[in-house]
Amino acid sequence: MINIFSIAQKEIRSYFVSPIAYVVIGLFAVLYGYFYVASLTILVRFSAQVGMFGGGGPQAININEFMIRPLLSNSAIILLFFLPFLTARAYAEEKRSGTIELLLTSPLTDTEIILGKFLGAFTLFLAMLSVTTVHMGILFWYGEPELGPILSGYLGLILMGGSFISVGLLVSSTTRNQIVAGVVTFSILLLFWVLSWIADSVGPTTSAILSYLSILEHFDDFSKGVIDTAHVSYYLSFITFALFLTAKSVDTERWRG
Amino acid sequence: MIEVQRVTKRYGPVAAVNDVSFRVEAGQILGFLGPNGAGKTTTMRVLTGYMPPTDGKAIIAGYDVFEQPIEAKRRTGYLPETPPLYPDMTVREYLFFVAQIKGIASGERVRRVEYAMGRTSVDHMQDRHCGKLSKGYRQRVGLAQAILHNPEVLILDEPTAGLDPKQIIETRELIKELAGDHTIILSTHILPEVAQTCERVVIISKGRVVAEDTPTNLTSRLRGSETIQLQVDSNGVDPKPVLQSIAGVAQVTVSEQGQDGRTVEIQVAEGVDIRRDVANTIVSNGWGLLEMKPMRLSLEDIFLQLTTEENEGAATNNDGATPVESEPEVQKTEQGSNHD
Repeated sequence: MINIFSIAQKEIRSYFVSPIAYVVIGLFAVLYGYFYVASLTILVRFSAQVGMFGGGGPQAININEFMIRPLLSNSAIILLFFLPFLTARAYAEEKRSGTIELLLTSPLTDTEIILGKFLGAFTLFLAMLSVTTVHMGILFWYGEPELGPILSGYLGLILMGGSFISVGLLVSSTTRNQIVAGVVTFSILLLFWVLSWIADSVGPTTSAILSYLSILEHFDDFSKGVIDTAHVSYYLSFITFALFLTAKSVDTERWRG
Repeated sequence: MIEVQRVTKRYGPVAAVNDVSFRVEAGQILGFLGPNGAGKTTTMRVLTGYMPPTDGKAIIAGYDVFEQPIEAKRRTGYLPETPPLYPDMTVREYLFFVAQIKGIASGERVRRVEYAMGRTSVDHMQDRHCGKLSKGYRQRVGLAQAILHNPEVLILDEPTAGLDPKQIIETRELIKELAGDHTIILSTHILPEVAQTCERVVIISKGRVVAEDTPTNLTSRLRGSETIQLQVDSNGVDPKPVLQSIAGVAQVTVSEQGQDGRTVEIQVAEGVDIRRDVANTIVSNGWGLLEMKPMRLSLEDIFLQLTTEENEGAATNNDGATPVESEPEVQKTEQGSNHD
């Protein structure tokens, strides 16, 4: 357990002493800020229109439904682009620089190393996400959004981010090239994201399977304020499975040398 | 202390290490010698638990490296060919991280880190980033990392590679000093290094052990076929028949008459000293004996001889001989044409 934290600490440190953490968090803040302003402008115009046509004034518009939900979906998309590049280096860089030899010849288990790396990337992801609490705070200051759907939305984002990170670790463990790791991770995640798009044009069984596998489908309910254990367990099993495969991949790499 | 039992490691159909066995007693320094690509690094990686062997066993301080990896790894310090440094950490941060993952108790860490830095003389670099260190300092920090948790066994893969001569001497001294407290295996392809630092030598070629002995024994074992080189002014007469008739002479090779007489090489039969007889014969024939020197086989010759023999045996199924190994073959053919 202590070993997991040692590795996680090392990972976090390397994110923060390199420009990675600052670039990722900074640009995430910029993009998120833009989405925030954009959806706020739309909300304001929309509520003015509604007010003009006598729909009961601006207050009648549900800020959760019209602003926070789309905002959370948008930040999920930013994560889809950002997280693959956060995890790309996790194993690839250790293999390229040879430091993997230090880790694998130290009294650590593979599981400890993997969980440590996961925890490290996950912590940076949480730091990234914590930027958005400022924007949410402003909404609470000036408006009266419902807290419930926001919290469930964040839970969804956190679970989804965890899944992205676990796939990133898996891919990174198979290569020593960070760019390859980043691009492959992104492609896999994007594929999982859009898996349900063809669900309408295939048979009912395939359709059900595809929708079930799609990362996006499971996120929808969270942003609506529904915490369904089916969705929670989907993400948790997704993460566990990807990390399990990472352990297998590290072990295989070992045998192949 | 270290035991390698019939270890084989295959990459697909290629055996990088083939049925290698040897053991190192506590406190000894074993030199692991071989040309590049002979399987030294692979053997060391198997020993450190970095990769499992295809067949066979490695035992460190009584623990099987694959049955009880954690226990074995706790007792092993390993310096890989490239020191495993994180470029964005300072030397001190790096060593503290290593102390953490090697399982050194938190109260002990400062003391151990200070000790390791002092021993390898990197203390004045402790706030420098590892990525900004020179090759020599990287190697030393790598060594500091290996001795940090005071392991019983030290496995050093080419510890002096890429260092300047002064650093090489310092590193060798350091390794010798460490030998008292640790059992050490060090790999190298530099022969004098083995003669100077190691108590035992294992020579490996093409993944097989071709010799295992002390450096002195290895040298004397092959001294039986000693060669004497002479410079003789024989007044235009071919000295070969006369020299050939001396008891104990196995073979005589004579070069053409040159400015300074002829160069004669006499191969001596095992265990006989014929230098007096040779000198007497030459003088009694009225020739001039200008020079006489015994040509002892250095460790280098033994090494080349052993790895070449192996090479010739394997030559039929493998053309990809490394430059190191093909060199003596070339020399041999040159000598052969001189004879004719």
